[in-house]
Amino acid sequence: MTSFPYLSVLTLAPLVGAAIVAFLPRRRPALAKQVALIWSLAVLALTTVMWVAFEAGGSRFQFRESYPWIPVWGVNVTFAADGIALVMLALIAVLLPVVIIASWHDAEGGRRSVPAYFALLLVLESTMIGVFAAADVFLFYVFFEIMLVPMYFLIGSFGGHQRQYAAVKFFLYSLVGGLFMLAAVIGLWVLAGRALGEPTFDWQALTQIDLSTGAERWLFLGFFIAFAVKAPFFPFHTWLPDAGSAAPAGAAALLVGVLDKVGTFGILRYCLPLFPEASRYFAPLALTLAVVGIIYAALLAVGQNDLKRLVAYTSIAHFGFIGVGIFAFTTQAGTGAVLYMLNHGLATGLLFLVVGMFVARRGSALISDFGGAGTMVPVLAGVFLFAGLASLALPGLAPFVSEFMVLIGTLTVNKTVAVIATAGIVLAAAYVLWMIQRTTQGTLNPALSTVDGMRRDLTWRETAVVAPLIVLLIVLGFYPKPVIDVINPAVTATLQQDMGVQDPAPTEASR
Amino acid sequence: MKLPAIDYAALAPMLILFGVACLGVLVEAFVPRARRQPVQVVLALAGLIAALIVIIRQATEQKEVITIGGAVAVDGPTLFLQGTIVVLGIVSLLLVAERSLERGGTFVAQAAVVVGSEADRRQAAREPGATEVYPLAVFALSGMMLFVSSNDLLTMFVALEVFSLPLYLLCALARRRRLLSQEAALKYFLLGAFASAFFLFGIALLYGYAGRVDFAGIRGAVRAHEGSEVLLFAGLALLVIGLLFKAAAAPFHVWIPDVYQGAPTPITAFMAACTKVAAFGALLRVLYVAFDGAQWDYKPVLGVIAVLTMLIGSILAVTQTDIKRLLAYSSIANAGYLLVGVLAVPTTSGVSSTMFYLVAYGFTVVAAFAVVTLVRDADGEATHLSRWAGLGKRSPLLSAIFTFLLLAFAGIPLTSGFTSKFAIFSAALDAQDDLGIWLVIVGVITSMILAFPYLRVVVMMWLSEPGESTPSVSLPGALTSATLAIGVFVTLLLGLAPQPVLELTDRAADFIR
Repeated sequence: MTSFPYLSVLTLAPLVGAAIVAFLPRRRPALAKQVALIWSLAVLALTTVMWVAFEAGGSRFQFRESYPWIPVWGVNVTFAADGIALVMLALIAVLLPVVIIASWHDAEGGRRSVPAYFALLLVLESTMIGVFAAADVFLFYVFFEIMLVPMYFLIGSFGGHQRQYAAVKFFLYSLVGGLFMLAAVIGLWVLAGRALGEPTFDWQALTQIDLSTGAERWLFLGFFIAFAVKAPFFPFHTWLPDAGSAAPAGAAALLVGVLDKVGTFGILRYCLPLFPEASRYFAPLALTLAVVGIIYAALLAVGQNDLKRLVAYTSIAHFGFIGVGIFAFTTQAGTGAVLYMLNHGLATGLLFLVVGMFVARRGSALISDFGGAGTMVPVLAGVFLFAGLASLALPGLAPFVSEFMVLIGTLTVNKTVAVIATAGIVLAAAYVLWMIQRTTQGTLNPALSTVDGMRRDLTWRETAVVAPLIVLLIVLGFYPKPVIDVINPAVTATLQQDMGVQDPAPTEASR
Repeated sequence: MKLPAIDYAALAPMLILFGVACLGVLVEAFVPRARRQPVQVVLALAGLIAALIVIIRQATEQKEVITIGGAVAVDGPTLFLQGTIVVLGIVSLLLVAERSLERGGTFVAQAAVVVGSEADRRQAAREPGATEVYPLAVFALSGMMLFVSSNDLLTMFVALEVFSLPLYLLCALARRRRLLSQEAALKYFLLGAFASAFFLFGIALLYGYAGRVDFAGIRGAVRAHEGSEVLLFAGLALLVIGLLFKAAAAPFHVWIPDVYQGAPTPITAFMAACTKVAAFGALLRVLYVAFDGAQWDYKPVLGVIAVLTMLIGSILAVTQTDIKRLLAYSSIANAGYLLVGVLAVPTTSGVSSTMFYLVAYGFTVVAAFAVVTLVRDADGEATHLSRWAGLGKRSPLLSAIFTFLLLAFAGIPLTSGFTSKFAIFSAALDAQDDLGIWLVIVGVITSMILAFPYLRVVVMMWLSEPGESTPSVSLPGALTSATLAIGVFVTLLLGLAPQPVLELTDRAADFIR
């Protein structure tokens, strides 16, 4: 076990970078971009070192650090990462430089400050790292709420059409969920204080206490609502299409790729281990919401005429899959769900960024403004197709592995849910392929041929954006083992130690 | 008749302030007009700082004494609340003393000049503001300090009047929009007189119940269940109405928006911070010391009032279009949160969390009103919300500060607004009754509702384009800058590292009975 404080350094480093970038002169935007990029690459490097230092077969929580913060309340700044958190931290570290390169020119043109945009991205990175690295419930809540502020300004100040409405809606929805969680956090703290004799927010201590059934169910609901809004699950999802379509492409990729994963991560880290009985009790409800989300969002995605909204709806459907995987309570499905969180971040992140490239060229996100774009920008259209296929889980690409694991793991315990969820795959093919057909295939839209931007195919900068994601999607599609090896022990510990659920023994049917 | 023993050392902070206020009146009489402002400011601040030093010394000695025949109790809560009142008083006096924003300061030169007359225009344009505000403010502060330390009902009533009367006057002294200001003062005075009458009537009934007016005597009678319960409940209800009026709890809140809007903004800040501390300090002492034997009788009623206050404050805040009225309704909602803390009776965490909340809220609200004084156009402060559109472009630093303060009001972590809400809600849940759970649920729901108006202001400042009528932001003078810096610093400090103040409130939470 190394003594280097990886997690606190990772949390603070982007914040320092943000402070530097924010105070760079506004007249030299290029400098701000370069500093932000170098800084995010440094964070990526540190995360890589941490990944290597993580012992997959070692103890469940590693890199634990703890410093007292508010001793009167038993609050500590405690960081620790298990396999699930580690995967999410890696996803953040990979996506951020990509998003910074992709957003190179996004903040220009407007009257807003360019350094502010990149500073906000770095602040967002810091809070996202913090939320996944926290092992103290209070600290987690703090990051969970703080995370809203940079995202709010990214959407509100730098977004497109209807940005104010979307930013406020995003903030209020998340805040409402967060305040329910606050009530539950306080309740849990009070009960823990009575049970243990001293107040504590330490995650590990809180998993040990016995709660009465009624209290446990109420507290579960408090946490679950916050996470369901964040994820988002049906019927708390309506903010995402607005926020996703109004946010600048880079911020949208982070929003859907990472920020929303806090919801599913929170369910795995907090709802299941802290409230095992209530999790089992509410599992049918959660599964129903997840399955409804898969089908409903997929159907809505088919009907969208706005590329960004369409991608946002596909995400809601994907979050349904993750929800199914979590609440199936088998290690296979759980591992699949976490892997899905990673792969969805890569695939949907890529899809959002590519859509952003189209929108930047055309000046519109409406599908009807495109048509036959493949003849003008063949390479970009090819990347678009690749991102779409990854999103619909084509075998050979990373999302397929996770989707398959979720469905197999669910089938062993709940056939109905697995079968309905499988229908979602068919719908996914429909919305993705139809979207690609309407934008890049067929005859060239005459209005499109007059747009200057469309004469430029994938630039070097954009290649640098998509290449790492494409490589990762292919590599993880063929060889996901290193990631699964990291995730699996954490999921197994969550389900078997914390919840006391055993995987069903193999039967004739599934053999 | 023999005079009771008087512990002058224990009364020293109040005596200092009364003395300074009287000196201030003499300054008005004998010092030439041109020199009054610096003399008064220095005198008032020196008096407050001296009082603060004495309070701190008493606190380090952990002084606990009941003196003047049981009329005044100096104990942990007294000293903490008096210290809070003095510090918040200093911070808001800095706002009062600011004269660089407007020629002659925020206050009218002669309150008696007829509004709209030629003389009025002359005084508004040229003449320096009245310096009577300093002795008045110091009188009010000393009254508040006596209010939180009074240990019998009559002393409490006297203290109530001592701090209310100067406030009525101060409200009427705005240099601009004088009709609004005078209307506010009149409204405040009439309703305040009403509330005082309720308070006094309550004292009479309670005297009929217990045969005494000191808290120890009432406490004994309540615990012994002797006397007529009707007298007790009616008396307690009337007494608490008087206190809740000052505390701005619904349904006794109707004066708040008008008075907050009409009063000169530094005075609004003063009232929002200091009057709240005084009112809740006295409420805590009355409920915890004198009537804790009747807690099961008053808790449900006060619970309903707390719920009502939170709901009315937050819902009506949504519809406001004037920044001062918005802050007024937010102040009402915050009174509701404070009541949630008070209702954690009989736990000491109820006392300590309420005191912590008072400190946190006081500093944030003073800083928020300080920002309001800075956004001005040719007619004075531009308080209509639509005028704030695009302020973020004109003056990013000030808008960032205000955004931070609004996020603190909304209870976002890393601000004092979050830690103080946490303290209050956890105290309520810790009180181990169903009322606490319901209060917390309502508190959470109203926090969500309240987030909307705050957010709307943030949207206005940052995301809207500046219009033709977006006012300029004056450069804050040194005094306003100091107020802003202190307010923002404390808001951040109590959010990041609340431990020292939490320990202090925990230690200071025991009443002497």
